[in-house]
Amino acid sequence: MKTFRIGGVHPAENKLSASSAIREAAIPKQAVFSMFQHIGAPAVPVVKKGDVVKVGTLLGEAGGFVSAPIYSSVSGKVSKVDVALDASDTRRMAVYVDVEGDEWEESIDRSTDLVKLADRPDLDAKTIVEKIKQAGIVGMGGATFPTHVKLCPPPGQKAECVIINAVECEPYLTADHRLMLEKADEVLVGVQLLMKAVGVEKGYVGIENNKPDAIVLMKKKAEKYPNIEIVPLKVKYPQGGEKQLIDAVIGRQVPAPPAIPINVGAVVQNVGTAFAVYEAVMKNKPLISRVITVTGKSVKQPSNLLARLGTPFQQLIDECGGLPEDTGKVISGGPMMGKALISLEIPMTKGSSGLLIMNGKEARRTAPQPCIRCAKCVSACPMGLEPFLLATVSSQHLWEAAEQNNITSCIECGSCAFTCPSHRPLLDMIRLGKTTVMGIIKARAAANAPKK
Amino acid sequence: MIMNKLIVSLSPHVHSGDSIEKNMYGVVMALVPALLCSLWFFGLGAFVVLLTSVLSCVFFEWSISRFILGRKELTITDGSAILTGILLGFNLPSNLPVWIIIVGALVAIGVGKMTFGGLGQNPFNPALVGRVFLLISFPVAMTSWPESGSLSYTDATTGATPLYIMATAISDQDASLLNQLPSAFDMLVGRTGGSLGEVSALALIIGAVFMIWKKIITWHIPVSILATVFVLAGVLHLVSPCYADPVSVVLSGGLMLGACFMATDYVTSPMTPKGQIIYGVAIGFLTVVIRAWGAYPEGMSFAILIMNAFVPLINNYCKPKLFGEVSR
Repeated sequence: MKTFRIGGVHPAENKLSASSAIREAAIPKQAVFSMFQHIGAPAVPVVKKGDVVKVGTLLGEAGGFVSAPIYSSVSGKVSKVDVALDASDTRRMAVYVDVEGDEWEESIDRSTDLVKLADRPDLDAKTIVEKIKQAGIVGMGGATFPTHVKLCPPPGQKAECVIINAVECEPYLTADHRLMLEKADEVLVGVQLLMKAVGVEKGYVGIENNKPDAIVLMKKKAEKYPNIEIVPLKVKYPQGGEKQLIDAVIGRQVPAPPAIPINVGAVVQNVGTAFAVYEAVMKNKPLISRVITVTGKSVKQPSNLLARLGTPFQQLIDECGGLPEDTGKVISGGPMMGKALISLEIPMTKGSSGLLIMNGKEARRTAPQPCIRCAKCVSACPMGLEPFLLATVSSQHLWEAAEQNNITSCIECGSCAFTCPSHRPLLDMIRLGKTTVMGIIKARAAANAPKK
Repeated sequence: MIMNKLIVSLSPHVHSGDSIEKNMYGVVMALVPALLCSLWFFGLGAFVVLLTSVLSCVFFEWSISRFILGRKELTITDGSAILTGILLGFNLPSNLPVWIIIVGALVAIGVGKMTFGGLGQNPFNPALVGRVFLLISFPVAMTSWPESGSLSYTDATTGATPLYIMATAISDQDASLLNQLPSAFDMLVGRTGGSLGEVSALALIIGAVFMIWKKIITWHIPVSILATVFVLAGVLHLVSPCYADPVSVVLSGGLMLGACFMATDYVTSPMTPKGQIIYGVAIGFLTVVIRAWGAYPEGMSFAILIMNAFVPLINNYCKPKLFGEVSR
C-alpha cells in the first residue's frame, strides 16, 4: 500500500466520533465573523453597526488577490464591527451579528438535489474559479490558503492532476471521514469541478486505510465519475501534509522552498474544500458553514457537527454534552498541529476542522530531560531534517547554521517532539528558529532587490 | 472562570509515550539472556563482579551529581548508570578483585560521563572508558580470564582464551595452534574463556534482535561491524591459514557484545543510517587490524573508543537526505 517515503510516526488514532453521523448545530444567538479566516490579506468589512444581514450577505470583501471574502452565516443585525479573539489567540477585526430568525439570501439554492456536472454545460474553467473566489473558499483542512489562488498556476506552470486530501491523518478528527460517507456524490462532483478549473484529466482521492468504509463507498461511487481514482494509503502521520500526500499518491517530491506543488504538476485540495466548491458552484452557496469534529476522551458525546461559521466554541461543546469537569486544554484542530485556545468564546472559522478537549492529565507536558542523541527525531522527520540539531542551533541563536541546515523546510508537523524519548520541546525551538530565519531571508531579499 | 484554567502550549499536544527509562531498561532487558549465561558459566564470580559494578556505578553517579555538581534532581533512576554498570561488569573477568571494579566504576562514571555533564554529553562510551583504564592499569588481573565453568569467585582456574590462541598463532606463524580453538558451537553458546558477559554470542544476538524488534536500535551498526569483521577475517584467512577462520573470529572475544551493545550506545554513535554504517565499518576494520597486528589480543574496545571520537565529524558529513532531493 502506498505512503510517503521519508520519516513519519503513528500516533494513537482515537477516532472516537467516527460512527457519529453529521448533525446540524443550533444557530447561535450572536455570531462573530473574524476578518482573518485565511492566509493572506485580511478581509475588509463592508457593513456597519445597525445593518441588517441575511444568511449569505457579504460582510467583508477580499483584501487582495491572496485573500477571501467573508459572508454572514446567520440573519440579523450587525451589533458592532470591532476586534475579537480568534483561534490564533490574537485580537483581530471582526463583525458581530445579533441573530434574528434564519433568513437566507434568495440567490442560494437550499435544495439537497444533486446537481451533476453534465447538468451544467455552461460552466467553463474561468467561471468555476470566479465562483470559488466569490464564495470565499479557502483550504478547509486547516491551512486556510485561498483556494482560487491555488487554481491559478503561475505563468509557465501546468497542472497535471488534482489530488484530493481525504487522509485526515490527525488523530481524533473525523469530519472529512463523515463527509465522504454522507456526501460522496457532492464531493466527487466537487472534484470534477476542480479538475475542470485547472484543466486536467486526472483526479486522485487519497484516503488512509483506517477508513475502510469510506474507501469502499468512494470507490463504488467513483465508477460513475471518469478519471477519478480512489487511492488507499497506509496510515502514517503526516500524510495529510501537502508534500507528503503528493509523494504518497504520485511518487513525486516537491523540492525545497520556494518550490510549490505545481512545480511537480500537482494541485492539492482538501475533501472539505471539494464539497464547499460543489456548494458554491452548483448551489450558489458561499462558504458559511462546515463540518467540525467535537471530541475528547472525557466528552460525553463525541460528534461531527455541521455548524455555522462564527458560532462560539462554547456552544459547540454544549451541544456535545458540555465541557467536562476534568478539562485541561481545548484545542482548535487536531492534537498534532492544532492550537490551544485561551478562551471558549472564540468563534469557529473556515479552518476549524476540530475541537479537541483534553483532560488535565493529558494536557500537561512532561519535563524535558537531556538529549540522549538516539536519533529518533531524525528518523521521524518527514522532511529529512535533523530536528535535534535545528532545535539546538535555534536555542543558541545560531541563525546561519539553522538556515544552512534547511530549517525553512520544516512543516511543523510535530513528529520530532512527539517521538522524543526525552520529551524535549524540539518544535517550540525550531519554530523560533524558522520564524527568525524566514525574517532574515526576507530582509536580505529586500536589501538586495534593485532599487526602483 | 474557566478561561483562566485552560492550559495553553504549542503543538504537538500528544506524545508517543517513549522515554529515556523505557529505552535504558529495554537495553537492560535485552542483556538478561547474556546475564543468565554469565551466571551459568561463571557462577558466584559473575554475581560478585556485576553487583559491585552496578552498585558502584549508581553510587558514583548519585554522589557526583549530588555533592560535586550540586544537582537537586537525581538521575539515577533513568537506568543509564545501571546500564553502564552491567556493561562494565560484562567486560571484566569474573575473578577481578572488588576494589579494582570500584576503581573502574569511578573512572567510567566520573571521568567517562559526569566530567562532561552527565547523560547525553559524553563523547566516549563510559563503560569502555572504565574498562580500558583498568586494562592499561592492571594488565595482568584484566587478562587472566577464568575458564568457562569455574563457578568460584576466589580461586577460579584461568586459561587461554580463543583470542589469545589466535594472536599467538599469528605471532608464531603457526597455524597448528589454531587447533586448540574451541568449536564454533562452544563459542556460540559460551563454553569458552573470556570476560563474563561476552562469552555467549547466542545470548547477545538474542538481545540484539530484541532491541531491533522493540525499535531501541536499528540494524545498521551491529550488522556493519559484524559483516566487516567477517569479510576482512575471511580475506586474511585465505591469504594465510595462520589467521583464524572468519566464523571463529566473529564469535570470539568481545566482538558480539561490542557490536550489539557498546557501539550502539545512543550518545556516542552517529545519528543517520549512513553515518552509522561508516562508523560500523570503521570499527570492524580497526578491530581486525588490532586483533591481527596490535599489542593486545582484543581490539574491540579500542576500535569503538577511537570511532567515538569521530562521531561529531561523521554527523557533520552524513546528513539525512532532504525531502525533494530524491529523484522526482
